[in-house]
Amino acid sequence: MTDSAKIAAALRPLGDTGRIGLFLLRMLGSLRPTRSTLVNTLQQTYLVGARSLVIIMICGFFVGMVLALQAINALEQFGASDQVSLLVGKSLFRELGPVLTALLFAGRAGTSIAAEIGLMKATGQLDAMELMAIDPVERIALPRFLAGLLSVPLLTAMFNALAILGAVVFSLGVMGLDSGIFWSKLQTGVYFDQDFMGGIWKSLVFGGLISLVAVYFGYHARPTGAGVGSATTNTVVLSSVLVLIFDFIMTSFFT
Amino acid sequence: MRANYKVELASGIFLLLGILAMIWLATRATNYGQEIGKDSYEISARFGNVAELKDRAPVKIGGVMVGMVEAVELDPVTFEAVVTMRIDTRFDEIPNDTSATILTSGVLGDRYVGLEPGGSFEVLEDGDELFITQSAVVLEQLISKYLFNTQAKEEAEE
Repeated sequence: MTDSAKIAAALRPLGDTGRIGLFLLRMLGSLRPTRSTLVNTLQQTYLVGARSLVIIMICGFFVGMVLALQAINALEQFGASDQVSLLVGKSLFRELGPVLTALLFAGRAGTSIAAEIGLMKATGQLDAMELMAIDPVERIALPRFLAGLLSVPLLTAMFNALAILGAVVFSLGVMGLDSGIFWSKLQTGVYFDQDFMGGIWKSLVFGGLISLVAVYFGYHARPTGAGVGSATTNTVVLSSVLVLIFDFIMTSFFT
Repeated sequence: MRANYKVELASGIFLLLGILAMIWLATRATNYGQEIGKDSYEISARFGNVAELKDRAPVKIGGVMVGMVEAVELDPVTFEAVVTMRIDTRFDEIPNDTSATILTSGVLGDRYVGLEPGGSFEVLEDGDELFITQSAVVLEQLISKYLFNTQAKEEAEE
């Protein structure tokens, strides 16, 4: 390998990042407040968001239960099992809710976005659109991006709600803790502006990241079966890694 | 058109559910909409030592929360800790000779400010200062005092 080839290989991630950024600008540039954009976005919200609801809710419920179980086990040693709701609430709102929802969303919806757009490209549908003077970025990519941006915070809220319910079921129903203490600890110890809104902001960023990555890889997939497959894989891998990296960055900057 | 309408309806329901979940969480599982701190007035007090009193620590009268600590600052001239507190306006008849103490909930629990109402007929108003205060009891100081006391006694007996 020559030196220039090595440099080119080392710079490739930088070039990819630049291309993703340019793609984002291109999508945002094609954003027009028309009725068809709204209708398309709503339709994608159904496909991307509403159909991820069941898996998000089931996972949220069990995450809440296991959090309560672990927390009670650990806190009982100090005679502090009353604090369980505070621990569950804080860790859920700040970290687990946004991150787990984002990872599940990447697996459930990110892959389907990438595969769908990739297949459209492989079968020549995107080229056909361009021939008909329809901008495929505006028509295909943008609604999916907006739908992801909109859905992930809402899914996070539902994940959190179900996880709180799971914690309620376990700690009040199974362990027999007092429900008044449970709720009052949440209402005095979990702060709306820091804990709750912090998590919502995070999930908004995660939603944008995942759907941007998914749309980008789908749109730039090689037009073959293997190309669609690798676009799907790349979407899950890159968006999971990005979610965890951005989680650290956002947490360290905004707390 | 028919199928399209169903999809729009389903995504509408999804959006509604998400927003409902947010509202439910915010009102039931966070301190949003808690009555204390909405309509409130500020009072302050000076302490020699506040130990690890933190912002948002509760302010209590008779064990019942009436407000919270807004800020803990150091007076650069007198080197006293100035604690600013927000008291809910429902409790607007606290006498102005009330005393403030830094207390601990439980043996190793969090610090809070305990107010002991006095007997004055004039009430505290926004911006007032409490003059009778008692600093936090710091465990290390207590222990070292006790140790030195016993040592001094032993030496005196010898």
